Amino acid sequence: MIDAVSRFASQIWGIVAAEVQKLRHDPVELFTRSVQPALWLILFGEVMAGVRGVAPTNMRYLDYLSAGILAQSALFVAIFYGIATIWEHDLGILQRYLVSPVPRIVLVLGKAVSAGIRALSQAVIIYVLALALGADISLAPQHVVGVAGTLMIGSALFALLSLIIASLVKTRERFMGIGQMITMPIFFASNAIYPLSIMPAWMRIVSRFNPLTYQVDALRALMLVDGVSDFGLLFDFALLAGAAAAMAFVAARMYPRMGY
Amino acid sequence: MEPSLNEAHAPPAVEVIGLTRCFGPLRAVDAVSFSIAPAEIFGLIGPNGAGKSTLIKMLTTLLPPTSGTALIAGYDLRTQAAQVRAHIGYVPQLASADGALTGFENMLLSARLYDIPRSERQHRITGALARMGLADSANVLVNHYSGGMVRRLEIAQNLLHRPQVLFLDEPTVGLDPAARDAVWRHVLDLRERYQRTMIVSSHHLEEIEEFCTRVALIDQGRIACIGTPAELKAGLGPGATLDDVFIRLVSQQGRRPASPAPEQRP
Repeated sequence: MIDAVSRFASQIWGIVAAEVQKLRHDPVELFTRSVQPALWLILFGEVMAGVRGVAPTNMRYLDYLSAGILAQSALFVAIFYGIATIWEHDLGILQRYLVSPVPRIVLVLGKAVSAGIRALSQAVIIYVLALALGADISLAPQHVVGVAGTLMIGSALFALLSLIIASLVKTRERFMGIGQMITMPIFFASNAIYPLSIMPAWMRIVSRFNPLTYQVDALRALMLVDGVSDFGLLFDFALLAGAAAAMAFVAARMYPRMGY
Repeated sequence: MEPSLNEAHAPPAVEVIGLTRCFGPLRAVDAVSFSIAPAEIFGLIGPNGAGKSTLIKMLTTLLPPTSGTALIAGYDLRTQAAQVRAHIGYVPQLASADGALTGFENMLLSARLYDIPRSERQHRITGALARMGLADSANVLVNHYSGGMVRRLEIAQNLLHRPQVLFLDEPTVGLDPAARDAVWRHVLDLRERYQRTMIVSSHHLEEIEEFCTRVALIDQGRIACIGTPAELKAGLGPGATLDDVFIRLVSQQGRRPASPAPEQRP
């Protein structure tokens, strides 16, 4: 049992290490990908800061937005994993994973953890940016660790969702359309850039079924000085972990279909 | 090149039993049965869309069969997929080495996926790279490798776990004659030294004729003929080549309409 767990951990690490090595060979990608969150913080943040009633009364909009943009950048990284997998299939790299004796659940978890590592490297850039803009961000170790954990689970969850979609649609062209089609509602029907309280009732209901809402809630509580959670951190984590586990279960069954 | 006597009675390395795969109404592989002895270099030839790639995908566990099965190194494809995977290597037609990683990093990834003990990794990786003539390029990104080097790296990746059966799907496609020769020299060397069984598909029939112990010609999802290159050519007169066998058998049976691309996606 312990033997199997350590073997799986080593196999997951093998997949993640390859991802880290790729980032090291070409770090430019990390910076180009951080342009969009920077634009959101600077452009959108500056304009919306002047609109009354968007952020909760006791909070500056920049602080409010920072956690949302952190979640957004992790979401965009994760959703990209499906198309990266289709790309790997077209190159032939995917077949290499599938003919290996690694259990399929371990293969998809390797991809999920890789997405988390990428999200963390983006998070560092967003932290620096938000601090430079003067956001009230907590650097207490327990808060930073909490943010990292939340990002890992959230990224894993959406990367696995993306893998499931990729194994259904199988071509890059189709994925592009569907990827954008689902990223928009996940982002806008959540509390990432405005609170649920200003949404129409139907949209508030939709956003309560959206895992990103709970990820943002946990991030906002942990990232900001005096941050508070609306749903309770324990509830947020339980829901995210449960959803990620369900996604992993489905993805492990769907992923081998990409090799057909 | 015949298997030696003590191998002749060994259990087959690969035993295919009524293996079938349908894509809708199309029977891409149609109740195929054959067996391959240990240490054979077995050639798979046939026209495009004949079912070669579908057959290899099934034998490497990438594609579940519609019916039938195969025993690979004694393990059943349908019920023991994980054991089959642990005992085979697969060099796909497409480049499976990751271009964004160095040769060494690619090898390390394979070593971790195949659970090579940490204490042996370095030793096995440097050994396999040296054997494939890649020792000097270990730390170069694979994107900068030539086609022949990528192929040799992929073979090296597949040697780390010492598979009993190695599948090579068109390993020399797109390579210049010198690179093709290098790949084949390494394949022959593997057989000599480690008695590995190899299954090679190719459209270069002169290579198949020269290097394979036995050959199966696949056409319309079935085995049109199977035997040693000499057996296949017998009856076609002196000076006949596998090309002649191919042209005669494939044209005689009449071509079916182009299949809806079961081998490659649109």
